[in-house]
Amino acid sequence: MSDAGTVVITGNEAAAIAVRLAGVQVVAAYPITPQSPVVETLSKWVDAGELRAELVRVESEHSALTVCIAAATVGARVFTATSANGLAYMNEQVWWAAGARLPVVMACVNRALAAPWNVLNDQQDSMSVRDAGWIQIYCRDNQEILDSLVQAYAIAEQVQLPVMVCYDGFLLSHTSMPVTVPPAELAKAFLPRREPLPIVDLQRPRNIGQVTFADPRADASGNLCHGYMEIRALHQEALERALDVIPAVGDAFAKQFGRGGGGLLWSHLLEDAEVALVAAGSIGSELSVAAETLRSEGIRAGVLGIRAYRPFPAQAVRAALAGKALAVVVDKAMSYGYEGPICSDVRAALLDAERAPAVFGAVTGLGGREVETSQLADAARRAVADFRAGARRRRTAWINLKLREEA
Amino acid sequence: MGTINCGHEIAISSPAAGEAGTTADWRTERPVLEAALCLAAKQGKESCQLCWVYCPDVCIARGVPPVVDFTYCKGCGICAQVCPTEAIRMIPDERGSSAAQPAVPP
Repeated sequence: MSDAGTVVITGNEAAAIAVRLAGVQVVAAYPITPQSPVVETLSKWVDAGELRAELVRVESEHSALTVCIAAATVGARVFTATSANGLAYMNEQVWWAAGARLPVVMACVNRALAAPWNVLNDQQDSMSVRDAGWIQIYCRDNQEILDSLVQAYAIAEQVQLPVMVCYDGFLLSHTSMPVTVPPAELAKAFLPRREPLPIVDLQRPRNIGQVTFADPRADASGNLCHGYMEIRALHQEALERALDVIPAVGDAFAKQFGRGGGGLLWSHLLEDAEVALVAAGSIGSELSVAAETLRSEGIRAGVLGIRAYRPFPAQAVRAALAGKALAVVVDKAMSYGYEGPICSDVRAALLDAERAPAVFGAVTGLGGREVETSQLADAARRAVADFRAGARRRRTAWINLKLREEA
Repeated sequence: MGTINCGHEIAISSPAAGEAGTTADWRTERPVLEAALCLAAKQGKESCQLCWVYCPDVCIARGVPPVVDFTYCKGCGICAQVCPTEAIRMIPDERGSSAAQPAVPP
């Protein structure tokens, strides 16, 4: 696996290779389907001496992320991977890693949350922690998994924020496709080793993440320190800065490796489209095929893919969708009691925009439910028909639901 | 209050007494130590010191007998729980006294 070049590998193998290319020093994870092969592969390499990293075995996902938090605090480059209930079990530390501004990188191999028990794909797990202050990047294919994970370290270390690289369980994690693996030396030059953090100085011990009250307050040395709210505002500013850093790192990646890249959004046939199909992750590829089908029938459709979901690129979404008649947002998750999370965010981003399209939400693929391009095209046709009949707002459509007839 | 630039974007500080402010006013009970029962006092040497070991706020000083710093004692009562001879007991105290003083019976 050490040779650079194009290989046919699963998404999980692509993730493991990216972690090795990034020179990760500490890996801690707990097994959960469909993530397990990532860490199994890393474990094999550590055992064989091919990866000089500390692989810490833990009793839970909560501890896995805690190990990463501790190691990242002293300046190590760290990695963990999880899915679904594993991420839910980590939740407390997910918030800690972000609030402590640690450049932890996690692969979230998207899987449905229980109950009922299910090991198959949707995106409810990562969507459920969208507010935690991590950067979230969604991948379309296995190449994007490798590229995005390598880029994730550059982004994380520039803005001092954790990055979650999300990719669809089984659809990508266990599916083989060609992936170009860059030479290790190029990756090493792209990601120079982290410097140990100055906050860890045995001569000057420090409390980190200590009790921080509402108001700014002088510490024992007389320095006026931020209150909780100042720290949170700075966290938000860092996320806003990431809107520039993510595409800049994508450009630097393309320059370094002579291919790839990656910004906040991607698109397919969008420029002259009247109907935009919007989604994150691998369903973007199915939507691209659906858009081509619709075009062959005279419906000018295109696709807007959300690569960076947090921070949410509202301005770029507004620009990309200006002048479209209709945006159909296809979520693989719900904000239960309301609508799909991406749909809400797209709707909110367009609220003050000129020439904004109508936004219809659709949800599909929950718990691994099959999503065929023909079904996506059907759903888009129905949305266009509703729009032409005068609808400007519509109840969330459940695509391929077998409960009752739905749009 | 103007803007602050403390040079950090995270919560970080140098560890020292009183970092969380003067916590004496959290107190609703205070420990009182009866020297006649305290092992260290009875033996006339710095023995036992379990209250010093267990105080979560590090506000008991080693001694014969140990001394509570009432500027920071939150009145949690752990010292009274761990004292092997029940020399320390908790009594109601809502004054939030902030003077360092030996914990002696009133």
